[in-house]
Amino acid sequence: MPLIPVVLWTDALVFLLLAVTALFAVWAARHEHLRAPWRRVVRSRIGVATLVVLSAYAVVGLLDTVHFRLKLDRADESGEVRYAPEVLSLLDLALSGLRERQEKTYSAPFATHLHAKEALDQPDGTVIRDYPRLQHGGAHLADPERDRAWDIAWRSLIGLVQGLILWALLAAGLVWWLARRHGQPFDAVRNRILKGQTQIPWRTALGTLGLVLVLAFVIGELALKYHVLGTDKVGEDVLYQALKSIRTGLLIGTLTTLIMLPAAILLGIMAGYFRGWIDDLIQYLYTTLNSIPGVLLIAATILMLQVYMSNHADEFASLVERADLRLLFLCLILGVTSWTGLCRLLRGEALKLREIDYVQAAQALGVGHFTIIARHILPNVMHIVLITLVLDFSGLVLAEAVLSYVNIGVDPTMNSWGNMINSARLELARDPIVWWSLAAAFLFMFTLVLAANLFADVVRDAFDPRLRGV
Amino acid sequence: MTEPLLHVTGLTTELGDPTRPARVVDGLTLDIRPGETFALLGESGCGKSMTALSLMRLLPPSGRITAGSVQLGGTELLSLTEAEMRQVRGGRMAMIFQEPQTSLNPVLTVGTQIGEAVRLHQGETRQRLGAERAVELLRAVGIPDPEQRLNEYPHQLSGGMKQRVMIAMALAGDPRLLIADEPTTALDVTIQAQVLRLLKAVQSANGLAVLLITHDLGVVAETAERLAVMYAGQIVETAPVAEFFAQPLHPYSRHLLESLPDAGKRGRRLAVIPGRVPPLDTPFQGCRFVERCPAAIKRCRLEAPEWRAFSDERGVRCHLAELDAAGVSSRPVSDRTDSPTPEPLSPTSDPNSPPSDTPTETAQVPLLTMRGLQVHFPIHQGVLRRVVGHVRAVDGISLDLYAGRTLALVGESGCGKTTAGKGLLQLVPPTGGSVRYRGQELIGLSHRRLRPFRKDLQIVFQDPFASMNPRMLVGDILGEGLQALRLAPKRAERMRRVAELLELVGLDPESADRYPHEFSGGQRQRLCIARALAVEPRILVCDEPTSALDVSVQAQILNLLKDLQERLGLAYLFITHDLSVVSYLAHEVAVMYLGRVVEHGRVADVLDDPRHPYTRALLSAVPVVDPEQRRQIIRLEGDMPSPRHPPSGCHFHPRCPEAIEVCRHHYPVETRLGSTRRVCCHCVDVGVATQTNGDSKIRS
Amino acid sequence: MTAYIVRRLLYAIPILIGVNLLTFMLFFVVNSPDDMARMHLGQKRVTEEAIQSWKAERGYDRPLLYNAEADGLASLTDTILFQKSVKLFVFQFGSSDDGRDIGYDISQRMWPSLAIAVPVLLIGLAFNISYALFIVFFRATYVDIGSVVLLVAMMSISGLFYIIGGQFLIGKLWHLAPISGYDQGLNAWKFLILPVIVGVVAGIGSGTRWYRTLFLEEIGRDYVRTARAKGLSERVVLFRHVLRNALIPILTGVVVVLPLLFMGSLITESFFGIPGLGSYTIDAISNQDFAIVRAMVFLGAVLYILGLILTDISYTLVDPRVRLQ
Repeated sequence: MPLIPVVLWTDALVFLLLAVTALFAVWAARHEHLRAPWRRVVRSRIGVATLVVLSAYAVVGLLDTVHFRLKLDRADESGEVRYAPEVLSLLDLALSGLRERQEKTYSAPFATHLHAKEALDQPDGTVIRDYPRLQHGGAHLADPERDRAWDIAWRSLIGLVQGLILWALLAAGLVWWLARRHGQPFDAVRNRILKGQTQIPWRTALGTLGLVLVLAFVIGELALKYHVLGTDKVGEDVLYQALKSIRTGLLIGTLTTLIMLPAAILLGIMAGYFRGWIDDLIQYLYTTLNSIPGVLLIAATILMLQVYMSNHADEFASLVERADLRLLFLCLILGVTSWTGLCRLLRGEALKLREIDYVQAAQALGVGHFTIIARHILPNVMHIVLITLVLDFSGLVLAEAVLSYVNIGVDPTMNSWGNMINSARLELARDPIVWWSLAAAFLFMFTLVLAANLFADVVRDAFDPRLRGV
Repeated sequence: MTEPLLHVTGLTTELGDPTRPARVVDGLTLDIRPGETFALLGESGCGKSMTALSLMRLLPPSGRITAGSVQLGGTELLSLTEAEMRQVRGGRMAMIFQEPQTSLNPVLTVGTQIGEAVRLHQGETRQRLGAERAVELLRAVGIPDPEQRLNEYPHQLSGGMKQRVMIAMALAGDPRLLIADEPTTALDVTIQAQVLRLLKAVQSANGLAVLLITHDLGVVAETAERLAVMYAGQIVETAPVAEFFAQPLHPYSRHLLESLPDAGKRGRRLAVIPGRVPPLDTPFQGCRFVERCPAAIKRCRLEAPEWRAFSDERGVRCHLAELDAAGVSSRPVSDRTDSPTPEPLSPTSDPNSPPSDTPTETAQVPLLTMRGLQVHFPIHQGVLRRVVGHVRAVDGISLDLYAGRTLALVGESGCGKTTAGKGLLQLVPPTGGSVRYRGQELIGLSHRRLRPFRKDLQIVFQDPFASMNPRMLVGDILGEGLQALRLAPKRAERMRRVAELLELVGLDPESADRYPHEFSGGQRQRLCIARALAVEPRILVCDEPTSALDVSVQAQILNLLKDLQERLGLAYLFITHDLSVVSYLAHEVAVMYLGRVVEHGRVADVLDDPRHPYTRALLSAVPVVDPEQRRQIIRLEGDMPSPRHPPSGCHFHPRCPEAIEVCRHHYPVETRLGSTRRVCCHCVDVGVATQTNGDSKIRS
Repeated sequence: MTAYIVRRLLYAIPILIGVNLLTFMLFFVVNSPDDMARMHLGQKRVTEEAIQSWKAERGYDRPLLYNAEADGLASLTDTILFQKSVKLFVFQFGSSDDGRDIGYDISQRMWPSLAIAVPVLLIGLAFNISYALFIVFFRATYVDIGSVVLLVAMMSISGLFYIIGGQFLIGKLWHLAPISGYDQGLNAWKFLILPVIVGVVAGIGSGTRWYRTLFLEEIGRDYVRTARAKGLSERVVLFRHVLRNALIPILTGVVVVLPLLFMGSLITESFFGIPGLGSYTIDAISNQDFAIVRAMVFLGAVLYILGLILTDISYTLVDPRVRLQ
């Protein structure tokens, strides 16, 4: 085997999350009351557009979640197969060009020369201070001054064409599938999509998809020869860092809620349904947790984790594993600080629902407490859970940046937007200013959070019964 | 012929998406003369509230007026600018709304809210004048202590008081036309009587015209001079009130009247209107009522009927009326149809002597006996949340339920009747007394020990929309009890039972695979009844099962309940505030006031000859359609006190017109009148009927 | 009312005990004082003596819960639990790992924190409410739609970028205000401009959007229809009726954070070099000074509970319907 798979803790949880999502999707597809709000989501133009963008992020994140170690080329003397100590992901493999083309230090986007002057040995033996050529970025150009603009334009065009071809293929596939499903001729379906007359706004979806694909291909084509977003202090490609950070952002946003969900649902419903001392106890629990300022609780816990990790360094097999555990722990502690809000909401809702007639009717029919909770209360609070889930996502992604800035976020060796900002902000004082790391983190984060916020709005409108029918 | 005050022609209002609008008001034409009360009558969803909002130009954001003209005293309202229209609103034309609870701003004092209306329309800018006028207005609507009330907030007032404040606010601009949108629907019957009387009084004092929007035929009969019946966005009939009740022309009007329950229809089935109001977002080809009309002819389906005016005051929108030509049809409904005809339930029954009042009744053993049932909720106060008192929601009531018979528990909201029903079922834990079912004490049984009895005691709730889990299929909802009580553990068996139940309550067995929201209110209530019947109970507590339903649908449910009782021998505890339903359905009645039963006896006895002053007041306050049955209304002042601090002595004495000194100090002991009758009043003389209300007969 | 407040204060006691126990567990049980000493003294080649003297200097050389060597009451008081955790209840914060008195530092550093937090809160509140009213006045027009898009976009930007952008634009490019620093007394004002502007702008997105939702919710209520039926103009309806009602959740939402203003903002203060409690905490975190972090956790909990009680009281003041029992 050329590789052995490595399953990190967070990877396992992501796979679990995927399985849960898939199960939920199958379950929802069979239940009209669950399908109907989702149908409203996909019939909204903002809904489908943001879904496409979020899916693009999700694909990158998932590629970065499949980890393995490659087999080393040469076996050692005993003939035993050896694997590289480095843990890689599919994304690393796909971006191996970017990963390996390291420069010496800072270089601006599309630069052909370093950002700082260096002493250069001239062929005639003299030494001058000048901007040295990059080892990889634009190295193929004979005369960068003259050729660079044309080269960039040409490569963009190639990328554009490639992207459009793939897009056209996908679009044709979709139209063919729709035509077959509805039993209509291909042309008619295409025309309706073009006119925006379909119930699901396919035109918007395809438009966004086209934009994403073209962008991806143009950047991909350019990235083969340039550092599209420049390089950082140690010469690493910023685009690569930004892409690798996607997984971190997504994980924080999703795993945190996944971790806190069982506790919040169980305790919230129990408090509201049983009332009495159970309610008192649960209320005490969440008021206590809530009264500790979140950042400080996270800081305290992460500090303690750091102490523990530095004192037990030998328990971790690799840096990646250690960073991964820290990420998991961060999700856990973020979950501890954020479950209280949902718990309180659910308690209030359960208090209302336990008095509602259908619950009373079930009690009159002798239905057991746990059956009532599972059958009557849980399904009727699921919309709150879902709305909270999507609303929390963007907040958590933003929180990661702030926490990493305070050094209580993810491990400093892990790629994350927070770490990118953190290491870049000190360089703002430089002249000329080094802005590209910040800009890259900003762009990637803003797109994700904006899409998530817009999507959350659509989901809330679709699921909240109070907002319906107005 | 006086010039009309309000002249509406062809008013058309649409709601929602412009590509597929719901035409909630469609070509409405009516005239209102100065000083008259004009009633707009219709069931829910027929567009009467939208009509009112269109006249005020206060439609919700998704609504718009697409055609027509509204002239108020010669001014075309629809062409006014918004600023000019604001002068009319609250000025020449004012409006009061259905929900006094939510229609007043909770954070502004009564004085501020009336004051701003006064200042706006009378140009009195100074605070003092505004306050004086506000006091004057509050006094005019009969609010005691008006200076005091000015500084109070709406939540400190009772529902009836709030509605009076609303009326005062509407009068601030000295309007010529007052639109009252279901002004008393949210109020209790005694409070309703107060408010309706007030409306009449201010109307005659100020000479204003009232557009009264209501679904209650009794209210129309007692207060209006002319009426229009609305159906599915259109007016289908207009008439002077007296003529209308004597001889309704449109089939819809006739069925509406037929479906009203009352004592005279005892032992017969009520007429029902099948189906439901059609959705208004589809174009109509024929008559809108055709699907529900038993008299429909072919032409009704093909061609929408034109408005046909017989005189200035009478008109109808029906092909059949045209066939009858100018001669106003006097044919009874039953001539044209057979299905909804009031038919005797059984050949032996006679409307005047209900069939079940058989002599054996007293010999029967009660299925369930309730003795001195108490449900008290503790009030906590102080640092340590000590119990400082109790809300005495139910304070010692005793009832017996017999198989095959209905006991009605009557009272106004807040009297504890629903809590009593839930206490019987142990859904709220009683704090005292005893509930014995077939000799076995139910109070104090654990959740598990109670299970065997769950099968025999069931409940149907008031709100058909809240009483079924929207996330479950109807089949699972109906089968829930069978599963929980392990009566039919296998799914196939359960579904077979569910199909039977659906047929029993008159629904398609296919309904099992649908969700509750696909059913109308009446159908849902059938489903709720089916759910309760699934476990084959002996006793059914019906908690206001028809009060959320329209009158035509109510008739269906009442018929169903009556049938089921005949067939299955169920005992009903029928909790209601509606005395006409009681007189139609119940065998015995218990009247509750502030947690206690004040009068108890057979329906005919209690309703024909009420002995307790509260019962008398309650009965006299019910609006009645037939003018001959109308009683002199006994004025009940004030509102029901809080069960937290019940008055000393007889709970009713602060409101009782006949209270004497002893009433203030001692709660009256129960007086037995005959074998079946009990009254709790100091003024009841055993054997001698009180003579104060000689004319208080329901039937002559 | 008094009974209610007394009860709430009594209820705060078990919560503070809970917080205290939790931090105790976190700081002294999960990692022993030995671990912390080793961490501070460097990982490798730490002698046992160095650890012991580090602990002794800072008072961590006591037993955790029970001191078997001491007599009488001292066997309970001469412990880490009592010295380091229980004393927090009387606001004796002890000294930090580098020997400074934490209580004194806090009393000095809360003023700069307030100097930023209070103006940010007040200006932000005024701006957000006005902007939300403006949007609601033009609801369902392009003003509304455009504003909502703008607000969602503003919400989607990390607070860090507002600070960096503000420093870059206002400080570095336009030279309108000093980028960072602080001065004593009234001279501090010019150092406050930038952080306050940044604080307000960063809060516009979520704040205004929330207020807009509140206003729209109130506009749909029945009493608004009544007010319109009286013939009141849209302006009066909005200002006298809608605003009054919407202010209840807005104000009580503000009251709950009022006490926490003392804690300052972590990020803003450290970026702008303001010597407030926020940067104090940040420094403590990066220096791994657990005594300070512990003190701030406890202080934060006290202030939060205070905020909850104030919220309930403020309800009775602004909402005539609420009477506390």
